[in-house]
Amino acid sequence: MKRLTTDVLVIGGGAAGMSSALSAAKAGVGVTLLEREPVAGGVLNQCIHNGFGLQFYHEELTGPEFASRLQREMSEEGVSMIGECYIRHIDVKEKKATVLSPKGAFEISARALVISSGARERPFGSLLIQGHRPSGILPAGVVQRYVNLENYLPARRAVVLGSGDIGLIMARRLTLEGVEIVAVIERMPYPGGLTRNIVQCLEDYGIPLVLSTTVTKVIGRGRLEEVEISKVDERFVPIFGTSSRLKVDTLILSAGLLPQVEDFDDDLTVDPINRGFVVSNTGESSVEGVFAAGNNVAVYDLVDYVAAEGWIAGRHAALYALGKNTPGKKVPVVRGDNVGVVAPGIVDMEEHVRLYVRLKNPMEEGTLILKELGLEKSFSYGVPSEMIQMVINKEKLMPLIDAGRLTVEVH
Amino acid sequence: MQAVVIGGGVVGSLIARELSRFRIKVVLVEKSEDIGQGVTKANSAILHGGYDDPPGTLRARLCASGNLMFDELSEELRFPIRRTGSIVVAKDRSELPKLEELLQNGINNGVKDLKIVGRDELRELEPHISRDFRYALFCGSAGITEPWMVAIASAINVAANGGEVVTGEEVIGGRIYEGRVTEVFLSSGRKLKADLVINAAGLFYEKVASAFGVSVPSVYLRKGEYILLDKKASELVNMIIFPIPTAAGKGKLVVPTVDGGVLLGPTSVELPGFSPEDVSTTDSGLASVRESGENLIPGIDNPKFFIKSFAGLRPETVQKDFYIRRAEELANFITVGAIRSPGLTAAPAIAEFVINTIVPETGIDLTRRDDFTPGIEERIRIKELPVREVSRLIDENPSYGRIVCQCNEVSEAEIVQAIRDGARTIDGVKFRTRAGFGRCQGGFCSWNIAKILARELKKDLSEIGQNSKESWVVSGKVRQ
Ligand SMILES: Cc1cc2nc3c(=O)[nH]c(=O)nc-3n(C[C@H](O)[C@H](O)[C@H](O)COP(=O)(O)OP(=O)(O)OC[C@H]3O[C@@H](n4cnc5c(N)ncnc54)[C@H](O)[C@@H]3O)c2cc1C
Ligand SMILES: Cc1cc2nc3c(=O)[nH]c(=O)nc-3n(C[C@H](O)[C@H](O)[C@H](O)COP(=O)(O)OP(=O)(O)OC[C@H]3O[C@@H](n4cnc5c(N)ncnc54)[C@H](O)[C@@H]3O)c2cc1C
Repeated sequence: MKRLTTDVLVIGGGAAGMSSALSAAKAGVGVTLLEREPVAGGVLNQCIHNGFGLQFYHEELTGPEFASRLQREMSEEGVSMIGECYIRHIDVKEKKATVLSPKGAFEISARALVISSGARERPFGSLLIQGHRPSGILPAGVVQRYVNLENYLPARRAVVLGSGDIGLIMARRLTLEGVEIVAVIERMPYPGGLTRNIVQCLEDYGIPLVLSTTVTKVIGRGRLEEVEISKVDERFVPIFGTSSRLKVDTLILSAGLLPQVEDFDDDLTVDPINRGFVVSNTGESSVEGVFAAGNNVAVYDLVDYVAAEGWIAGRHAALYALGKNTPGKKVPVVRGDNVGVVAPGIVDMEEHVRLYVRLKNPMEEGTLILKELGLEKSFSYGVPSEMIQMVINKEKLMPLIDAGRLTVEVH
Repeated sequence: MQAVVIGGGVVGSLIARELSRFRIKVVLVEKSEDIGQGVTKANSAILHGGYDDPPGTLRARLCASGNLMFDELSEELRFPIRRTGSIVVAKDRSELPKLEELLQNGINNGVKDLKIVGRDELRELEPHISRDFRYALFCGSAGITEPWMVAIASAINVAANGGEVVTGEEVIGGRIYEGRVTEVFLSSGRKLKADLVINAAGLFYEKVASAFGVSVPSVYLRKGEYILLDKKASELVNMIIFPIPTAAGKGKLVVPTVDGGVLLGPTSVELPGFSPEDVSTTDSGLASVRESGENLIPGIDNPKFFIKSFAGLRPETVQKDFYIRRAEELANFITVGAIRSPGLTAAPAIAEFVINTIVPETGIDLTRRDDFTPGIEERIRIKELPVREVSRLIDENPSYGRIVCQCNEVSEAEIVQAIRDGARTIDGVKFRTRAGFGRCQGGFCSWNIAKILARELKKDLSEIGQNSKESWVVSGKVRQ
């Protein structure tokens, strides 16, 4: 069995991993990137629509274009990328991993780690929806993969549960390929995806969006035959007598993403609301020298955010590997009113802060307040599906020393 | 001499294997695409101690003895078992007599390693048990297994000993001549010569019996719903935990699974009419399973643990006992039906009982062959091997290093082996290798499994199903 060493080991080669590998390499250290798929790119590879890179590359790219640009830059910087890897065991504290791949098993040890394992889709089974267990119930990302990467159609007549962006985009994509999309069903009283996607993916194609409604039963012996849908009340409890049935052979779930933390969460702290790793604004996790970035920290709206966070984590991982890191005082970020997902979870006063906040409930008008810093940002039409971003220069962080925390609230 | 065994559940497969010890050609016929996909795939997977079956019943006798046969069987057939032990928990003194009754019953049934424990020992055995419980009946011989693997491995063993395993074909009737079955007819039109017929068709045993003009006790169905929990939940559970049993059955349990998960359930609800395909779950069933689990292990009812829900059906008769008889109408037709719980535990003893006690009534010549091999070769699971060995395997065959299921560490080579062993569907691969059994539920790997199936079976992807021909996965290409 081979033994390898590297300065920075990056696990997961999506946008976050590639960007951190690139920035670490640019900082002058040796970088190895382990990816479980044959090629790097992560979800970017299957997102053939455009809308990527406006902030990171100042250009509008498709997902695969964004990915191949990062791949090219990585190889120019000498990052060694190993595909079809499976991390069999990892000692996060010792920064050592045992890896299986078709080329052989190997052990690799590093000075610093970046974990960028992304998010996975919530599986149908975990929703505990009653009924049979037929084929034809798929997460939207899997459908996207079938259609865009594998050239196969997994549906003839489908309903989409959940109005997240992936579901909306797939509703349009499948319609264009001749699949009949009967409706998009959403249990919340408002859509989960970006407004532009509601217009461009549903309204333009006449696909109905049915709010405050959920799937309450699936029926089918071999393949899915029917789904039962029902109206729900404010507490998402189905309202008796409101159910009806749709004849479909496919149920596409767009029920949200879960940060993939399970392989590492024995050692790293996970935030109960973000459900991802708690990191500081340098990307450092609760274990020294171990960094995390991307959708395994919080599920971000845009690849540009993910790539930017990956970049920061990569740079700090390189500094750590070189022994040149200068950690500052750290204070926790505390949630106040109407704040759901928030990242980072810790402020390291040596680095600028880019704060990402998701509202718990939509607001017509509102103000994001950083209490101890006396900073504010107003917004209109705030919805949970669109993150609010705020950048704070490190020079402005001084009041946090005495306060010992940064409270984020929305009024 | 040819024997036809109808039904590739745990019962039929083990009977077919026992018959393979003799100078008889054995044909095992299963109507599903794979072995062990009926009642055998949806149950609690417990090797019961045998302390609660009423003494004098066939099930009491065969459960206790069946349990003891599993160590040797699992070594021969290379399926996993774990003797976790079980506890029946009681809240206060008023419930103690019930435990004592079970203890006495167990002793009468010949069950060993049974004792009543108090609070401290209970905490030691099961630290996360609810503080409400003060006493327990501990049974050291209880354990868990992978029921479908018992059936699959038996079928592999039947084939290795020269028998034939037919899947995807249903027995629809046969030719009867002078009070004996002479031929068995399959849905494909194939006709099998038969000197002995065993009806082990599970929920369908009455239907099969009547296709041969044999009358048997009627079955009604009792549904059991479950929730499967993530490996992370197993930190809360060491062994099988039962509440005090009631007239409706053993109650809703908390059970560890051999691959590291946890099951909550089952419910026990009688179905109106006879609907053996109705393995649907219900909101009320799932809610009650959650509540009972939480009563036993506080904190286990946590949505972040939920992986999936499913249901199984128990074949019940008024007699509440197994029905194992040679037909009065037909001299060489044996029915092994109403195999309700603890049918899995009893299955090896049922097979032995059928051969030793019932088959001789048919006049079939039972001469042992001297070339029977009881064992099968162990199928490689790289997850269970030290990395040095995995490394060596990869050097020989790189597909051991291509991990298809990331949740359960299953390699492409293992999937190919499963297909060579008879898997024809995604579920066939899943149940044999555990690929797609983990927390992402195949979201990540089903597709790759489907592609490997198509490649190995030289089929188009649109012909690959989840578990049957009807359960298609893709309807065709986006572009030709
Ligand atoms: C359908 C869809 C549409 C989108 N549309 C847009 C858009 O229009 N504009 C936009 O800006 N953003 C969009 N996004 C969001 C953007 O694509 C994602 O936020 C971003 O790509 C996430 O990157 P990531 O690196 O965090 O995760 P991922 O891309 O998920 O990468 C994680 C990588 O890690 C690998 N990995 C995971 N675990 C392991 C392990 N244990 N070992 C080895 N490798 C591992 C995975 O294989 C994967 O390659 C969209 C996303 C989706 C799904
Ligand atoms: C909810 C529940 C929990 C249980 N828990 C336990 C437990 O923890 N421990 C325990 O010991 N027991 C348990 N049991 C009981 C145990 O699961 C069953 O007794 C056992 O699996 C029965 O196996 P079988 O082979 O008789 O039936 P099956 O597995 O159903 O096999 C019968 C097979 O016959 C096939 N078949 C039917 N008709 C035809 C035909 N015409 N032609 C060809 N093939 C045909 C079917 O497709 C099926 O595969 C439980 C049962 C249930 C329902």
